[in-house]
Amino acid sequence: MRIIGCGNRERGDDGAGILVAERLRECGLKADTSTGEAASLIEDWNGADDVIVIDTVITGAPVGTVKVWDGQAPLDSATATASTHGLGVAEAIALARVLGHLPARLRVYGVEGRRLQPGAVMSPEVQRGVEEVVRRIISDLAITR
Amino acid sequence: MTVRGPRTIRVDTLARVEGEGSLYIKIVGERVADVKFKIYEPPRFFEALLRGRHFSEAPDITARICGICPIAYQMSAVHAIERALGVRIEPAVRTLRRLFYCGEWIESHTLHVYMLHAPDFLGYPDAIAMAREHRAVVEKALRLKKTGNRIVQLLGGREIHPISAAVGGFYRTPTKQQLTALVSDLEWALEASLETVRWTAGLEFPSFEQDYEFVALRHADEYPFNEGRLVSNRGLDIDAAEYEDHFVELHVKHSNALHSVVRGRGSYLVGPLARFNLNFDKLPEVARKAALDVGLRPPIRNIFRSIVVRAVEIVFACAEALRIIDEYEPPTIPRIDAPNRMGVGQAITEAPRGILYHRYALDDNGRIVAAKIVPPTSQNQKQIEDDLREYAAQLVAWPIDDATWKCEQAVRSYDPCISCATHFLKVVLGRESVKG
Repeated sequence: MRIIGCGNRERGDDGAGILVAERLRECGLKADTSTGEAASLIEDWNGADDVIVIDTVITGAPVGTVKVWDGQAPLDSATATASTHGLGVAEAIALARVLGHLPARLRVYGVEGRRLQPGAVMSPEVQRGVEEVVRRIISDLAITR
Repeated sequence: MTVRGPRTIRVDTLARVEGEGSLYIKIVGERVADVKFKIYEPPRFFEALLRGRHFSEAPDITARICGICPIAYQMSAVHAIERALGVRIEPAVRTLRRLFYCGEWIESHTLHVYMLHAPDFLGYPDAIAMAREHRAVVEKALRLKKTGNRIVQLLGGREIHPISAAVGGFYRTPTKQQLTALVSDLEWALEASLETVRWTAGLEFPSFEQDYEFVALRHADEYPFNEGRLVSNRGLDIDAAEYEDHFVELHVKHSNALHSVVRGRGSYLVGPLARFNLNFDKLPEVARKAALDVGLRPPIRNIFRSIVVRAVEIVFACAEALRIIDEYEPPTIPRIDAPNRMGVGQAITEAPRGILYHRYALDDNGRIVAAKIVPPTSQNQKQIEDDLREYAAQLVAWPIDDATWKCEQAVRSYDPCISCATHFLKVVLGRESVKG
């Protein structure tokens, strides 16, 4: 199992994935962080057969909404992960699929974001979304182990 | 003459650019009436964030400005603060910093050459579509980039926002054995980068040359990373401390960003083309030969060919990393203690995208009183607009979709890094009809 939180803490809601990783570490779990840049992500999950990626997403849902996607299935085209890069999580998944580097099991937790500018404070709704993701990942681990 | 009906083409996102901005080009009849390239100015937030912090925090804080080039921000920060404090680092630390920079150049240039820019030349919408038909090429790119990541990880302590670089040196330095473990990967990477030069040189380049003022660092005996005079092909030759005497930032109405210009002259170009043209003689033999073998010799004035120059710089970074590792002796002490002291210091280092200027003013307690950061993309911004004005004029008769795409490709030639800003670059090419 590899857990990778993506984003940038200095950009408000974009820090959701990073915060989830930090909260999981506080709970004694191993979790990595990433900028979410596609090539690095593919490298990060290389060799793992069960991967969870957490990123901020923009789908038009209410701020703070948590959604989970099966990374093996193509991501909804209306979904844009709020990566700070031209190539983000959605592109990493698509590229890994083409190259045959997708982990056997890949889940993407998305937290709907709104404030993404540098220096922004994370929305309270996103903070609650972060806690929800942490709870769901921990309970998921408890079931699968 | 015909009367052309009014058409407006809107491209929602310009992908493969690190960040967000917008580009607007208005064509009236056969004339380019207006060009606006707009980005935001993220470092302003960080300049404010730095005020009141102790200087030792600056490398960590500035590294968070950009996920693609955190080393560049750390390097400009530590060098500027060391100058403010009068700290002299030992040569072995300086060499390690060069190695650190090699890692970042390999990562950043590889990402841009293969994943962001190559699809333009090969006619694919993105790297994913390209990977379907050029799988081996993309696999090679991922492995090459990983070699750079390994250097950054080893010296930075961790991959995302490295934390090991410090004012006075490194918190931790690697052993010879740790560095030697990178050699076989780097030897492979050197070969792969030489193939990259040949591969990129075989692409087709639009015919578009401009009379640029190239601005880059120049060092007596090295291809520049973090030391040297700031020079140009129009006679500029200054120390970093004089930067603000020669370069001014002007507010422009259509953009939150400031346009940087050479005082009395105007726009200028920083980045791979500028470095290559001003420092060709300082490239190691293997990189110089790779360039000459594909007919690349200075001055290169076609911005589209920057993809080949980036490939040459990957060759340089791999060769330089191998040389440093071969000669490496760990520093006697990883980090010199830097005392709190009042002072002002400026530094310029060569980020993958061009020169990155930092200035810090410190008080008696070592707290930052003022910080100024001028990233390479801000400096290229006016030049990008100037280029587009000229380039779009060549495209006025083109179908608007094709013209838009070529303009996007031109913007991507600069590898604009505005990730520190927001997320997408929207391109709007408007065409108004006139009666001819």
